[in-house]
Amino acid sequence: MSEPTPSSPAATPPGGLSARQRRTFLVGSVLVALLALGGIASVDMSENLVYFWEPRELYAAGDDAYGAQIRLGGLVKEGTLQWDEGAQELKMVVTDGQADVTVHATGAPPQMLREGIGVVVEGTMTKEGVFKTDRLMVKHSNEYRAPQEGVETKELYKTVEGLE
Amino acid sequence: MKWENWVGLLGLALITVGHYQGLFVAPPEAMMGDVGRILYAHVPTAWVALVVYLVAFVAAVGSLGTGRRGWDAMVESAVEVGVVLNLLLLFQGAVWAKPTWGVFWTWDPRLTTTAIMAVSFIGVLVLRAMLTRPAQRAVASAVYTIFAFVSVPVVYFSVKWWKTLHQPFSSPETVDSPMVTPLRVAAFGMLFLAVFFMARRWRLAYAKLSREDEAPDLPPAAAAIQLEGGGS
Repeated sequence: MSEPTPSSPAATPPGGLSARQRRTFLVGSVLVALLALGGIASVDMSENLVYFWEPRELYAAGDDAYGAQIRLGGLVKEGTLQWDEGAQELKMVVTDGQADVTVHATGAPPQMLREGIGVVVEGTMTKEGVFKTDRLMVKHSNEYRAPQEGVETKELYKTVEGLE
Repeated sequence: MKWENWVGLLGLALITVGHYQGLFVAPPEAMMGDVGRILYAHVPTAWVALVVYLVAFVAAVGSLGTGRRGWDAMVESAVEVGVVLNLLLLFQGAVWAKPTWGVFWTWDPRLTTTAIMAVSFIGVLVLRAMLTRPAQRAVASAVYTIFAFVSVPVVYFSVKWWKTLHQPFSSPETVDSPMVTPLRVAAFGMLFLAVFFMARRWRLAYAKLSREDEAPDLPPAAAAIQLEGGGS
């Protein structure tokens, strides 16, 4: 250890802070961090931080929804999934249980896509009432299950289950 | 042999067993098939990354509280190991997301906050590299580590607070039992490996900081600038 310079007290290393100053920094920074975290946790950011709209929110936005780039999320309604392999076009109804939106998607859909599963689509709502998207994302739940008895592993990889 | 080497070997063994079980013994996932097996790598990485950042936070508090070099070295080592795990986590997530969700990346709250967490802690490393006076660097990087740590609970609760594409918390109830064991074994393996890397990195940081303190007026970085002829 080097000798402290004559002008500085022995407890303070060269260019450093005294123990009291350090502890002030400690209390101050922990307080600021707690306030920031408390703010993020308690302030309702549901207005500003929205990853996707559900169908009823899309309709609630009225005319503002048309033409704007929107993410729409919901479940693929049972019995509405149609996949046109030749045209690479997919039609489905996305629902939140209260409202339905017809969605037309282009491009090959992810393998997990099936009726009843959650999806998030990025695109625009047209005046004709059809949501057009070229970015279709499939949501996986927090459940990880073994396949049911008798299901071949190969069966799991079928694209757009049940439509072949 | 140093104690951390035993921990590291144990971690390596557990990772090997956990992933052997995950890849060859556990069943494929009902919807994702074999792709779902990345669960055994991704979830342990996430858990351990958050734990390592917690170590960095505790070290930062210890560093400010005591001013001791050992805590400062621990800030350096934990932040660095945490950043490596964080970047690994983002990469694994992208690899998993493409075949399942259909995209490598989306600005979902869980993904976005995880990226913010990485950038925040990379900031600590940048700050440490910029400051050459040891005492000043110790205080500044501890304060910044405490600020960066705010992102950790936000990442953890992001799937609860906001609507996300990322799935919410899993629990043993939502994961079938043949998948729970390899997940746990791999998680402990990852934890022990992280402890090994942190201990190794701590020794290196401590040795470096000790050398700096022997010549406080000429820190290595400043010496390097003079050698290169960059100093005026």
